[in-house]
Amino acid sequence: MSAPLLQVRDLSVAFGPVRAVDGLSYDLHAGETLAIVGESGSGKSVSSMALLGLLPPRSARIEGGTAVFDGQDLLRLSDRDLRRVRGNRIAMIFQEPMTSLTPVLRIGQQLTEALVEHRGLSQAAARDKALEMLRLVDLSDPPRRMRQFPHELSGGMRQRVMIAMAMALEPDILIADEPTTALDVTVQAEILGLMRDMQARFGTAILLITHDMGVVAEMADRVVVMHRGRKVEEGPVRAIFGSPRADYTAALLAAVPRLGARSAEDGPRPIIDQPALPGAVVLHAEGMSKVFAGRGGIFGQSGGTVAMHDVGFSVRAGETLALVGESGSGKSTSGRAVLRLLEVDEGRIELEGDDMRALSTRSLRKARRSMQMVFQDPFAALNPRISIGRLIAEPMLIHGIARGSELEDRVAALLRRVGLEPVHMKRFAHEFSGGQRQRICIARALSVGPKLIVADEPTSALDVSVQAQVLELMLELQQSMGLAYLFISHDMAVVEEMAHRVAVMRQGRIVEMGPRRAVLGAPRHPYTAALLAAVPKPDPTAQRPKLPRLDLKDLPMGPLAQTAPDHWVAQ
Amino acid sequence: MSAPAEPVAAAPVAPRRAIWALLRSPSGAVGLAIVLLLVVVALLAPVIAPYDPYRMASGPRLAPPSWDHWMGTDQLGRDVFSRIVHGARLTLMIGTIAVGISLTAGLLLGLVAGYAGGWPERILMRLVDVVFSFTEIVIALACLAILGVGLINAMIAIGIASIPFYARITHSVVLVEKNKPYFEAAVAAGASHLRLIFLHLLPNVIPTLIVVGTLGVSTAVLAAAGLSFLGLGAQPPQPEWGFMLSSSRDLISGAPWMMIFPGLAIAITVLGFNLLGDGVREVLDPRQRAR
Repeated sequence: MSAPLLQVRDLSVAFGPVRAVDGLSYDLHAGETLAIVGESGSGKSVSSMALLGLLPPRSARIEGGTAVFDGQDLLRLSDRDLRRVRGNRIAMIFQEPMTSLTPVLRIGQQLTEALVEHRGLSQAAARDKALEMLRLVDLSDPPRRMRQFPHELSGGMRQRVMIAMAMALEPDILIADEPTTALDVTVQAEILGLMRDMQARFGTAILLITHDMGVVAEMADRVVVMHRGRKVEEGPVRAIFGSPRADYTAALLAAVPRLGARSAEDGPRPIIDQPALPGAVVLHAEGMSKVFAGRGGIFGQSGGTVAMHDVGFSVRAGETLALVGESGSGKSTSGRAVLRLLEVDEGRIELEGDDMRALSTRSLRKARRSMQMVFQDPFAALNPRISIGRLIAEPMLIHGIARGSELEDRVAALLRRVGLEPVHMKRFAHEFSGGQRQRICIARALSVGPKLIVADEPTSALDVSVQAQVLELMLELQQSMGLAYLFISHDMAVVEEMAHRVAVMRQGRIVEMGPRRAVLGAPRHPYTAALLAAVPKPDPTAQRPKLPRLDLKDLPMGPLAQTAPDHWVAQ
Repeated sequence: MSAPAEPVAAAPVAPRRAIWALLRSPSGAVGLAIVLLLVVVALLAPVIAPYDPYRMASGPRLAPPSWDHWMGTDQLGRDVFSRIVHGARLTLMIGTIAVGISLTAGLLLGLVAGYAGGWPERILMRLVDVVFSFTEIVIALACLAILGVGLINAMIAIGIASIPFYARITHSVVLVEKNKPYFEAAVAAGASHLRLIFLHLLPNVIPTLIVVGTLGVSTAVLAAAGLSFLGLGAQPPQPEWGFMLSSSRDLISGAPWMMIFPGLAIAITVLGFNLLGDGVREVLDPRQRAR
């Protein structure tokens, strides 16, 4: 193997007394993809920011080490010399493409700027080059894109622009920090494909920073696994996945949900000996529609967004119905509509036979006892200024279930139930980890003995190892208490683990609904099939099947028709 | 006055640690020292002041600063230093009462408007906008025209005039907090209107308002001094700083000490509250501290 392009040795970065990166070493060779994987707080992002001098100058301190690129140590370059490397020879793309593009400048201007600056091209030449790059990243109508502003593009298109911008200078190294985490799974598949194409064309070395083992398996040649600032393992991707040497790597891989793992079973994994089986219908919704009004201008309302159109489903006690779909599919709207956290325009919602929409404000408040919600971001869902003991007690106080010492006993019992200690009662939300916070949210939801819990992406903000624990807790609670779950998720592998039945949503409509095994195993709607095919598999030996090219305009979006017992597909 | 448009603080800070953090930030420490000094002077005014602030001919008339009269005497022979010391009481009273009025009313208005949404919000906030479009001093003058001249009325007038400011800030914070999941979680738990407003929204609005209120004291002090200067606030013989300034303006060349010292007192007080406000913001807002 030739000499490495980038040689990092003993890199250490500290934030105050905390070592975020501790003695990290690796080599990056020309044309290869090296993935740095780890959970939050592992130092994977910090270590790459340090290379480009992008750390917050006051709080972070590079304590030692070298990063030799092209004969010079990046960590010791002056700001001026570093600027010459940055963007020019080492380019970077970020997780959130909206924030990394300047909102007030046109795409064309942002693309040509670097070309004029670093390459000394004339405006006209830079413009030609920019157009060529936009064509290369597969954006339609490049001249029009050049005139557009970032907010006029979708997330996937913005990431394409970012890639075009990064690759326009034909850098030696592309640092991609969670490049697809904010994107929908079908878009993610396209962007990953694009990155591979660009790498093949320009021979760029990619330093890929990610938490997603599926993305690693699909993209990486070699892998560095980080944990708490240290490298725990390094090796070729197949060796890491096939025979991990470090315990941590093995545990990390074991926690990753794998799509297809339960394809032979009908229901979720039984956690307790005699799990409650699906019983009577708890929630029944039909014909729910919601249009979010456009902003009222001077000349009246200007259009609206259809968030839900004729959505209907039912959930039984002890059963999980998963609502899956990409962003903007209306799955969260449906979940919140069921709880009457937002009002639908049309439709009928019944909870245990009671018409929820007919309830007065007062009786709705009472009815909230039977339906609770668990949110995506557990930190935001906990009032920062109220101790968690009082937060968990609040629903019980509101509904007059308990008071005084009995209330305290119940809070303590709930905390134990979700795997926390009663002594935690006096603390505040910011003193807990992400997984603990979600347990607190679950304890709060359980406190009033609900029949139905709407869980909106309950583990999307969590690390995979924590996700596995929270999912297991949710399964155990369902099986012992007979809870009905409306489980909203974009993650097909998680859905497979949790759901009895699945409803796939797109553009505010359900396009396919049926038993989980049938929908995920033998999808009958082309969109479901495309979603499943786009999920990256955490297995480097698997060949991704050619992505089906979807003609989105011609997708059947019509009314649902029953094609098999309990299985409906949009026609 | 600089207005923090974004709500302050995500996590509650323990009181003892907050005070330590305040003392560690330079502006906070200096501001706190000035404000504390002002409070001590106000409380101990009779002890500190060498003369009765109202007694005429405590010394010769219009005497320049000397060992007997540190800041000289005025045209009636009253000791300027003693008057300034006693004036601190009036100043603090103006600050607390005026800010108290505008803070309470603005807080309630903003909370109700932001929480209710819909047409109550539109009506309340448009009203606030209408009042906001006039300069505060004009509104204060209008209030004084109705209430009549006097220091207490001036405080009330200043308080009323700055209600829109506090209402707007509260409203903007409520709009942000109302869209956070924890608020939705409380709604989903079945919480009543009062519980949602006072248990969930209010505590998250207060830190921002502490900062704004502290900064607001200096504005109120300045406005009161202005009104007194115009003869609409403090009346003779009250030792109010603004009024002292105005009564000295004919003598500016002959007895500059009569103008310099009340002016300095106002400036230092305003500076103190501004620094303290900045310091408190740094403590309460972790994002600012990280910068």
